[in-house]
Order: sequence, then C-alpha cells, then structure tokens
Amino acid sequence: MSQNNIVLSVADVSKRFGGLNALSDVDLQIEEGTVHAIIGPNGAGKSTLLNVCVGRIKPDEGHVIFDGEILDRHKPHEINQLGVARVFQTPEIFPDLSLLHNVMLPALAKRDGAFKFNAWVGLERENALRQEAEHILEDVNLYDERMQEAASLSRGNKRRLELAMGLIQKPRLLLLDEPTAGMARHDTNRTIDLLKKLKARGMTKVIIEHDMHVVFSLADKISVLAQGQIIAEGTPQEVRGNPKVQEAYLGGAH
Amino acid sequence: MLLQERKDLFLMAIFSFVVLSAPILFQPIGAGYPDLLQKFAIYGIFAIGFNILFGLTGYLSFGHAAFLGIGSYAAVWSFKLFTMNVVPAIFLSVIAAGLFAALIGFVSLRRSGIYFSILTLAFAQMSYSLAYSVLTPITNGETGLQVRALLKEGQTRGLLDADIRVIDSFFGVEEFGIPITNFFGLKMSGWEGFYFCAIILIIAFFISLKIFRSDFGLMLRAIKSNQNRLNYTGINTRPYLLVAFMISGMYAGLAGSLLAVTDPLAGAERMQWTASGEVVLMTILGGAGTLIGPLIGAGIIKYLEQIFSSINNYVLFTFFDFLPVELQVLVTKLTSLFVGEGWELTLGLMFMIVVVFLPGGVVEGINRIMGLFHKRKRKEDTTTNHKAQPAE
Repeated sequence: MSQNNIVLSVADVSKRFGGLNALSDVDLQIEEGTVHAIIGPNGAGKSTLLNVCVGRIKPDEGHVIFDGEILDRHKPHEINQLGVARVFQTPEIFPDLSLLHNVMLPALAKRDGAFKFNAWVGLERENALRQEAEHILEDVNLYDERMQEAASLSRGNKRRLELAMGLIQKPRLLLLDEPTAGMARHDTNRTIDLLKKLKARGMTKVIIEHDMHVVFSLADKISVLAQGQIIAEGTPQEVRGNPKVQEAYLGGAH
Repeated sequence: MLLQERKDLFLMAIFSFVVLSAPILFQPIGAGYPDLLQKFAIYGIFAIGFNILFGLTGYLSFGHAAFLGIGSYAAVWSFKLFTMNVVPAIFLSVIAAGLFAALIGFVSLRRSGIYFSILTLAFAQMSYSLAYSVLTPITNGETGLQVRALLKEGQTRGLLDADIRVIDSFFGVEEFGIPITNFFGLKMSGWEGFYFCAIILIIAFFISLKIFRSDFGLMLRAIKSNQNRLNYTGINTRPYLLVAFMISGMYAGLAGSLLAVTDPLAGAERMQWTASGEVVLMTILGGAGTLIGPLIGAGIIKYLEQIFSSINNYVLFTFFDFLPVELQVLVTKLTSLFVGEGWELTLGLMFMIVVVFLPGGVVEGINRIMGLFHKRKRKEDTTTNHKAQPAE
C-alpha cells in the first residue's frame, strides 16, 4: 500500500447549522488507492462532511483540497470534472430514463466535459460509450434490465445503478454515502464483493457506513467521527480496540 | 444503417408524404384549402420548437409569443427595407428571435419551476407593452407594422408609411401598388404559399427529430428527470438549457416570420399572453415530450378554432330544426355559448378533459389504443402457443 500520495485533504473544516456544530476542526487525509471509511453514530456529521467535499455545502472555515485544487471554491459540476464522483445516500438517478442512458450520461460527461453542443450525432452511434455502459451494468448485475426505465427498479437495484453511474467515470476519488443502507443481507454481500473487486483496480474511495460488517471487510483505514470531531483514526484493528470509539458508540451516544 | 435510424427515415418519409399531400388528405374534413393548412404548418412549427424546451427539459415558458412577435416584426422590416423575397426575412427573423431568446433565457433560466414560468411571462408582457408604447417608431403601435408602397422621389414620409426595399430597387423589380411576398419570383400566396410553409415544416421537424435522438437531446431529458443529479454528474446544465431555450425561441421566430410571409403585417397582439398560452395548450393537448404530439395539438386547435368560430346562431338554429320550437330556441342559446366568439370555452373544456383523462395528450391516447390492440394480438399468440405445447 502506498503511503505517500494524499489525494484529498480536509483541512480544519468547521460547519455550524444554527447552534449545532456539525463539524468542528475536522482534519482528514485520504491516501491514493485506499478505501477510507468514515464511521460514527447518527448525527456525527458524516453526511455533512461528504457534502462539503462535493460542493453541496460550503464550510464556514477551512478547506477541502483535492489534488491541489480547493474544492469548496468550485461548483458541483466542476468538482466532478476534476475527478471526484459521488454516490448518494438516497438513490439519485434519472428515473424517466433507461438504465443504459442513466449510465451513459456520466460517461458522456467524462468524455465531452461540462458542456458540448452535439445535436447531430445520434445516440445510437455512440457504440464505444454504450459498450462501456453495458460492461458496467454487467458488473453490477443489471445488464438484463438495461432497457427498463430506472424508476421501475427496486431500491437496492437503484443504489447499484447509482454505483455504476459513479464507477463508469473512473473517478480518481469516489465518495460513497452508505452504499448498502436499506439492502437485504445477500444484496449487501453482493455489493461488498463488487467493491472488493473494484479495490483491486486501485480506485480511491471514501465510504460512509453504518454497517460494521461492510466497514471491516473493505476499509484500509477508518476515521471515527463523533459530534463533529474525529475522535479516532487508524487501521480496522486499531480502531476496533480503541476505548474512545467504544464509548462513542455505546456510552457517549446517550 | 442502424435500426433507429432506419425507423426515423421511415418516419420522415411518412411525415413528408402526409404533409405534402395534406391538400388531398384533409379535403374530407373540410380543411383542404391553403389558408388553413398554412396555419397548421406555421403553428405546428411553433409548437415543435416549444416542445424542444418544454417537452424535453420540462421548463415551461409562458412567454414564447414574444419570439413569435419579434419574428413577425423582423420579417416585415426586411420586406420594407430590403426585399419582398422571403429568404432574407426568414433569416433575419430567426436571428433576431435567437438573440432575444438568449437575453431572456440568460435571465429567466436562473430560476426553475414556477419562477421561470413567471419570469418568461413577465418578459413577454413587457415586450407586448413596449411594442404598444415606447417602441411605436419600430412597431407602429396599435395599427401594426405593414408593407407599404415604395417611397417616391420628392416624397417626405416616414419609413412606417413608405418602404424603400433597397435590394429590390437595386435589381429594378417593378411594383404596382402593394407587392406580395415571393421566393425568388414565386408568389407566396395560395398553394405556393402553403407548399413553402410545408417544406419548412418538414425541415423543422427533421431538426427536432435529430435533436431528440442526439446526445444533446439525452442531456435535455436528463435535466427534466433530475437536474440536480446531472450537476453532480459533471454537467453544467445552464448552457444546455440556454441553448434549448434559444432553439425554441428561433423556432418561434421562424413561425412568426412565416405568419408575415402569408400576410405581411405584424401587430403587438401576436405577443400577448394568450398567444403564449395557446402554444402551451397545443403542446400538452398533443403530448408534451413526444415528437409528433405538438404538431397534432396545433392542428387540432387551429382546425377546431376555424370550425367553431365560424358557427353562428343562425347555423345552430337551423341545425336544431328537428326539435320543437321552444326547445330549439333554448338549445340554440345554450350551445351558442360554445361557438363563435365563445369557442375558447370549448377549447377550455377540451383541454380539461384531456389533462384529466389523458395527461400524455392525444399521442398517449393513440398509444393506449395501439397497446390494447397489441395485447389482444399477444393473447391470441399465447393461446395458440399453449395449444401447441402438449404436442411437444
């Protein structure tokens, strides 16, 4: 595992909502090629942290730096174009479009940039793009449904579709917000297998997750967030044995 | 050739055939004359363009009549200043409408949903008021802008009352009285006028088809489906919307110029909100977001307008001749509310019925009927299969 390259660094980020300190002085370094899990009890600020990373929320203080760029000064589409893709907690897909088109859209964005007026080339002629999309849909086991409208999918399948939408862009950094929440156990296991397979391809990922089973089977490194602060950080073994973490999960949450 | 492309080619062939043989096809319903068919074509173009914005992106503009009006004014000015040839007039109109759409779109597209609709409505009403007041030197106010006879030597009249037509004069085109628009000498009246509009309609439909099937079209549909997600997918949605808005504005400008081609005058009432509302009705009635729906909607509305608004009390009274006299009078009085001046009441009712029972418009209705037909056919197939099975 490479120890050198920091892809994303969150530097002293604070965010308040009214009187609530959602994040206070959060520092976080994500190394290239690793799977970095962020865990913590409900309301710890995990989703806020992810939203700050993709430009959905502006931090009150501090910065998020990706590959030398200060992300919080960019718009969402610019952040994506820099190579940060995100998979949302509630599946965010294009419900009226077919699965194939759902996956082709991010691929188009990757190929053509944030804007390209192309009204003459028919979609049907985009062979390379379609094949790529079909491969990804095979990876997430949705190939047979590729011509269906995305709205017709089950919740678990929608989440897998969204995962495919993130994966097709081959982003340098993929942010996953509870990729298995609301999935049945066998679905969860399939998603874990998929993510493990991807790990071999060397994509850097940040995963927010409740499910400890998922976290401990995937993560190289874990940061524990509680009440807007990072209280522990380390390998899964280190974190598991950390008394602070046990307190946050068992005692401190009450 | 790919499957979809082959299908589209077939669709274009059928479409062109229907449009070009409309004078014969529409004869039985009493619409086989050039004035009405021309109206179908022109408002069809207007609705096709509107559908590129509303049908694909879901952004409901309530101000598209402004572009229609600008198209008409630009065309008439081209007739007055340059030539009675329609080609420069059409180009000028499309460009003027496109530029104006860029301006209005740039501001209005900062908001979405109802706020966008209100902003476009406000802009259109502003244009309408301006055309009546401050801009009278350009629009000739209430009278409307008209083509006039050439300015004769020694006369000192304003450009509103006399034309110069520099290009025509340069080529020494002779004029007697007020000239008729032409396409390189071919007079744009009667059937020639219709066929000119028909060919432009076919081109306009082809461009719309291309947009529907392209990467650009997919982006527009994705905006309608989930604009927020598209932003996080790395797409800057604003320029896509602006281009769609401009294209549909240019379609409206084109329609406006064709209105001026058939009848070379332009008035501010063309920009009124009722005209903007009409194109919304056409699109929804036919089926927003479908290729052919808006055109069908435009045809239905313009046809019924023609029929219903020409019926008067006398026609109704003779129609109900079979009833006893007291009843005849009563029924005539009741039904007269829905015809003539009151035909919009009929339109309103029809619109309500369609929106409640067929939210996808006429096209959805056709699809449902086709669906029933297919289902029955499939059932027959499965029953025959079922019978065949035991033999295996």
